[in-house]
Amino acid sequence: MDLLTIIVVIIYLMLVGYLGYQGYRRTKTASDYLVAGRSVHPVVMALSYGATFISTSAIVGFGGVAANFGLGLLWLTFFNIFVGVFIAFVFLGEPIRRMGHHLDAHTFPELMAKRFDSKFIQIFCALVIFLFMPLYAMAVIVGGAEFIVSIFHIPYDAGLYIFALIVAAYVIAGGLKGVMFTDALQGAIMLVGMLILVACTYYTLGGFTAAHQALTDMSDLVPKGLTAIGHQGWTSMPKFGWASPGDAPAAAAQYNLWWIMVSTIVLGVGIGVLAQPQLVVRFMTVKSRKSLNRAVVVGGVFILAMTGVAFVVGSLSNAYFHRNEVIPCQLVNEQALLDPGADGAGRLTPVALEASAETKARAKAFVSYRLPGETEENALRYVLKTPGMVIRRGENGGLDQIEPHLISIARSITVGTTMKGNTDTIVPIFVGSAMPKWFGIIFLMSLLSAAMSTLSSQFHTMGTAVGRDIFEQITHRHSRHSVLITRLGILVGLIAAITMGKLVRGNIIALATALFFGLCASSFLPMLLGGLFWKRMTRVGAISSILVGFLGSTFWSVFINAKTAGGLGFCMALTGKATLIPSWASPTWAVVDPLIVSLPISLLVAVIVSLCTKPLTASHVKYCYGGIKSE
Amino acid sequence: MWGIEDPGIVACYALCIAASVLCVVYGFINWNRGDVLVKKEDVDWAKEEKEEIEDAL
Repeated sequence: MDLLTIIVVIIYLMLVGYLGYQGYRRTKTASDYLVAGRSVHPVVMALSYGATFISTSAIVGFGGVAANFGLGLLWLTFFNIFVGVFIAFVFLGEPIRRMGHHLDAHTFPELMAKRFDSKFIQIFCALVIFLFMPLYAMAVIVGGAEFIVSIFHIPYDAGLYIFALIVAAYVIAGGLKGVMFTDALQGAIMLVGMLILVACTYYTLGGFTAAHQALTDMSDLVPKGLTAIGHQGWTSMPKFGWASPGDAPAAAAQYNLWWIMVSTIVLGVGIGVLAQPQLVVRFMTVKSRKSLNRAVVVGGVFILAMTGVAFVVGSLSNAYFHRNEVIPCQLVNEQALLDPGADGAGRLTPVALEASAETKARAKAFVSYRLPGETEENALRYVLKTPGMVIRRGENGGLDQIEPHLISIARSITVGTTMKGNTDTIVPIFVGSAMPKWFGIIFLMSLLSAAMSTLSSQFHTMGTAVGRDIFEQITHRHSRHSVLITRLGILVGLIAAITMGKLVRGNIIALATALFFGLCASSFLPMLLGGLFWKRMTRVGAISSILVGFLGSTFWSVFINAKTAGGLGFCMALTGKATLIPSWASPTWAVVDPLIVSLPISLLVAVIVSLCTKPLTASHVKYCYGGIKSE
Repeated sequence: MWGIEDPGIVACYALCIAASVLCVVYGFINWNRGDVLVKKEDVDWAKEEKEEIEDAL
């Protein structure tokens, strides 16, 4: 780490520490506001909601996916703003707040359990949260770790452990308090960081239209693997269609990308946000509808500046890497070899001098270099060598220059990833390469802030799921034991998230996030909407919808969706087939997200079963809606 | 338009900005609407939330 980096980090930490301390002394927690009868400042409320909502997962993970799939990912930004902010704040926020306060519910499972008078709902929801939220937490932690790895150039495992330690320290030292001011401060830092990033990116590429045009002109460079599944360029939507049963694999695959992008990424995450347990609780901490109305202003702009910028910059990174990237460095080896393993698809590792001829024969050519100021042997960086690459040797002891002329996914291929590339590293590499070093450090800090605020609310939700929703419901008491169980729940969740992050590096952030969001939507959304807006919804209706949503979503992930079924491997082990799609059905079903099938079924089941079963007593329903009615 | 060939992408780019503008306009129009008195149940809720979080720490 050079002197400049150290100075920037110290100044940043001192500033955040000072402002955080000042804010904490004066404003304390969201609950303090309510106790005092005052209102949280709307900007603070919106930024803190935004900082909980947006994390390294959205910026690093989905930004990398945009680099691969293109600007079509902006549909997710539209859903994030329209559904995640407008619909959520305007239509769901106030009923959730009123019902939560009226029923004295402090967690999502508790709210639903009290609304439907069912302990089963509370325990089942809490189990789903506790078992599956580590998946989402893992996505956020991996996003932070990939960035640390890229900026400080340390091994992935070391980056993961360092970040996990920071997270653990933050959560234990008080991150759980949900101090809105520090969350808002982190949100503000992210906002400034992202605005600088998008301005610099457009400026570097010659302006708004010129940058897009450069990307449009590159459509012939889309890798064959992507064109085969319907990629038509980074400024076009993928090819849309629905394969017929019996279509040849190549013909059937041409619509896959559209369905992956729209069903899994755009709808899975875009709709799934409505049923996120940790965001539902956020609404309970505001004072009134007025606070929510005002927060919509900042929320809408904030999300545009976060995911909108991440997806635009992610896509444009292709134009930057291909046209503009120049790496001033000290060349180490123009023919450095990386070994993809015996099957040609494993993790790339540097080939030692004494390696066998067989290993050298299958190795791929890279150029290795060091950045100025980095001297240690482990500071070697690698970039894929292609015929288009230009290498200029520095004269009179000056720096050498590499012009890789690669697209983003090819640029992401380096030690530790496979020849398929790793989308999770694209945004970190882009920021490290295209932005000044000091900005990279500030950006890292703002990303870590984003990750922290999201993670602290995730771990809080996991902990209370175990302590309050499961343990207290089973033992019927609140005691020191439940506090201990809450802490244990947090610890187990943290260890599970880190272990998964260690095992499954590469193209995982967006997938894990989408899986969790989709599962939440299928399982919880019909019950949440019914609970808030449909008095006729019955306990059996709610339980049926949650079970059908959860089981349907899980079944589809394990046995039908090719990506998840292949990754999990149960389908192959149990049935000997990659997916259970029958030959008379369209092969496109294999790329349809579980949400598309299980959410409508879960909704339908909620309605039909409710209409066929005994309603909750009129007095109970009246009591539940008392809070909402009394406006 | 804007260097982007596919009208679908132009539309979603514009819709993102339009959705943000909608949020801003809605928020400003309703800036002073929806104020309610804080009731005892709101304060009780907040007190319990605070205690629970402090317990957890």
